[in-house]
Amino acid sequence: MKPEALLHPTPKGLYCPPGDFYIDPVAPVDRAVITHGHADHARAGHGAVLATPETLAIMAVRYGEGFTQQRQALPLGEVIDVSGVSVWLSPAGHVLGSAQAVVERQGTRIVTTGDYKRRRDPTCDAFEPVACDVFISEATFGLPVFHHPDTASEVRKLLRSVEQFPERTHLVGAYALGKAQRVICHLREEGYDKPIFIHGAMQKLCDLYEELGVSLGPLETATVERGKVEKSRFAGEIVICPPSAIQTTWARRFPDPLPVFASGWMRVRQRAKQRGVELPLIMSDHADWAELTDTVREVDPAQLWVTHGREDALCRWAELEGRQAKAMRLVGYEEDGE
Amino acid sequence: MNRFAALLDRLIYTPSRNGKIRLLTDYFRETPDPDRGWAVAAITRDLEIRSVKLAAIREIIASRVDEVLFNLSRDYVGDTAEAAALIWPERHGANRVPTLTEVVEELNAASRTEAPKLVEAWFDALDADGRWALIKLITGGLRIGVASRLVKLALADFGNKEPQEIEELWHGLEAPYTDLFAWLEGKAEKPTNAMLAPFRPVMLSHPIEEGDQDRIDLATMAKEWKWDGIRIQLVREGDEARLYTRTGDDISSAFPDVIEGFSVNAAIDGELLVFDPNITEQFAVRPFNDLQQRLNRKKVSAKMMASNPAFVRAYDILWCGEQDLRRAPLSVRRARLEALIGPGLARVDLSPRLEADDWQTLAHLRANPPIDAIEGVMLKSLDSEYVPGRPKGPWWKWKKDPRLVDAVLMYAQRGHGKRSSFYSDYTFGCWQGDELVPVGKAYSGFTDQELKKIDKFVRDNTVERFGPVRSVRADREFGLVFEVAFEGLNRSTRHKSGLAMRFPRINRLRWDKPSGEADNLTALEAMLPPE
Repeated sequence: MKPEALLHPTPKGLYCPPGDFYIDPVAPVDRAVITHGHADHARAGHGAVLATPETLAIMAVRYGEGFTQQRQALPLGEVIDVSGVSVWLSPAGHVLGSAQAVVERQGTRIVTTGDYKRRRDPTCDAFEPVACDVFISEATFGLPVFHHPDTASEVRKLLRSVEQFPERTHLVGAYALGKAQRVICHLREEGYDKPIFIHGAMQKLCDLYEELGVSLGPLETATVERGKVEKSRFAGEIVICPPSAIQTTWARRFPDPLPVFASGWMRVRQRAKQRGVELPLIMSDHADWAELTDTVREVDPAQLWVTHGREDALCRWAELEGRQAKAMRLVGYEEDGE
Repeated sequence: MNRFAALLDRLIYTPSRNGKIRLLTDYFRETPDPDRGWAVAAITRDLEIRSVKLAAIREIIASRVDEVLFNLSRDYVGDTAEAAALIWPERHGANRVPTLTEVVEELNAASRTEAPKLVEAWFDALDADGRWALIKLITGGLRIGVASRLVKLALADFGNKEPQEIEELWHGLEAPYTDLFAWLEGKAEKPTNAMLAPFRPVMLSHPIEEGDQDRIDLATMAKEWKWDGIRIQLVREGDEARLYTRTGDDISSAFPDVIEGFSVNAAIDGELLVFDPNITEQFAVRPFNDLQQRLNRKKVSAKMMASNPAFVRAYDILWCGEQDLRRAPLSVRRARLEALIGPGLARVDLSPRLEADDWQTLAHLRANPPIDAIEGVMLKSLDSEYVPGRPKGPWWKWKKDPRLVDAVLMYAQRGHGKRSSFYSDYTFGCWQGDELVPVGKAYSGFTDQELKKIDKFVRDNTVERFGPVRSVRADREFGLVFEVAFEGLNRSTRHKSGLAMRFPRINRLRWDKPSGEADNLTALEAMLPPE
């Protein structure tokens, strides 16, 4: 069958007519397949949600137990039949529970990556390429300027700065799902065994990660006892918080906070400067340019469809490679969401 | 090269002065000679690479990267050098990361045809930060927010010396400064400055504050105007003549007219000013704005020199022929200066003495200077030696009261560093009918307590957000009024209001004043100097 008949974009998201379900819909639908727990992909209010057990657990923590009427846990690699469409999930390496959605009918197979990366991440399973006819790839960092450096060396930058500025608090902005836990795990791998302080908004997800077997070491909440000025307690400490918290009044409880931001966008100096970041850590949960292009070559699909991000450059690259590619403009995903 | 790249990277993002100094001293401590010296030269812009230019770098990039992809990338990144550094597809091979010294020495020895090949090989060996640092090194514009003065402070800090000692030596030293570092690390004697026409660290004054008047005996003080130009030191020693800023930066190449118009062997302390070329019998001083157009340039056009000619108004002399006069009292130095300058040289004249026997007379002079380009009066003890730094007692400045205007807060921007969680940079406006027109921007003059209150006001009354900037409610019925103090006003075609303030700061918070009663733009326009 024609791939467009199996999966095509609609205002609510990618729709599969024969199976009557959506993948990562941006509005409430009856049946949804969710690739991972980030808010722009996983929304509350669908009739039924099919996802990995981890993703379902994450959604329950973020939105409450009633986030959907019906949960359907599908472990990685298990195939189910949805009205004649075979559906299975393959690891995407993006965050804990993240998966590529594979749909197949009458010999036509389409892989939707959701968000993915290829480098090692101690908090989740590594991406597994799946041969297919159509590969729908994200392109968040789809420009050849994006080469994410080695993660360990970025984390060492942070530790070096803590040594250089022991009287200041290093406030590390990191997204609460995935990035925060990854930063913590990499810090542990570099031998940092002191307690790491976390913003209250991260507590539940960190607890869930621990519960699901991702060990984070000693964590403490970055709170100050009411009425007590004890700023000095945080001198020389690392505090992980949502990126937006760095610019709020919350940050004032720390001595001379040094704003750090862990994100792939930190590759671009102007972006880091604009946000007032003093120590940018280039750490992304998305594939960089080399990972994107290597993955396309490895999967070697008959067609490449490119979505959310910088579609133009990846399509240009495919053209130069003699590959068939098109930009699929799906609305509702945060292009800068990292 | 990696360490140099890492240093640049940290310096760019670090707003605080002390933070920058610490990064620099750590770098000096950890980096061997001559690398650290070349790094100093690169940052102070005392290093020029002639064998490669930006155009050659563009060609190198074009040889390996698709043009469409490069243009998409450059548009996204917004900076050619950065896009080039990031996009470079490394060819892995036997490339070894070069040291900064190798880069400098090999580029300086290479011809224009050889140099691009070297750069291409280094591009493969370096990572993106390294390539960026290399491109910045080649093109010469580091733009990392570090002035050469800051590097000198860091060097002084590193060697536990007084900054003046570094300044005094500076122009006699040559990159990569191994003799300087040896001295700073206590491994060698202080290098001697054998250069002709060296810089001599300057003596600064204290502002007169409440209570100071009782302690100053006017009879023992020389009185002068405080000129509104820039403090300089003009030195000639035979054929060598140089013009220095008060921090020892050599700005001779931007002021050849002054250099040429100074014919005597001496080191003069004075004010750099611009005069009206249409008046010939004396130097008619033009406002600071006319001088500003000649600052921060490496070279100056003949046209600019004709329309904005510069001269030096001298008030002290530090060296005359073979003799160091700094230990002589001011009265003696003044006599030497008068004898030397006499009725004036081509581009140097004397700053006149003022007569004022009592504070009342002095206050009258201060409040009513004859021209705009005077910002107050100076008092200098007649028996004072010329002591570098800012000793308290011998020299005083008494500036005019600032101009004041009541303006309404319109926009607030988040600060940096310590202030990154505060809206601390304010744009304010005056009324033109029912509309507020921005007239200036200030980020100082308030206490930490006041900052907290303004920050709360901004957060509570935000109308719109544009990235780090918020617009706040400001209309005839509601708004926060600032009493803004500033030193002077110039016409400006770049601002909607048609004027630009000098040194604006928040003088007082007028929580009590209704926004509708803030000043009109016409009140400011009346303070503009005549056209």
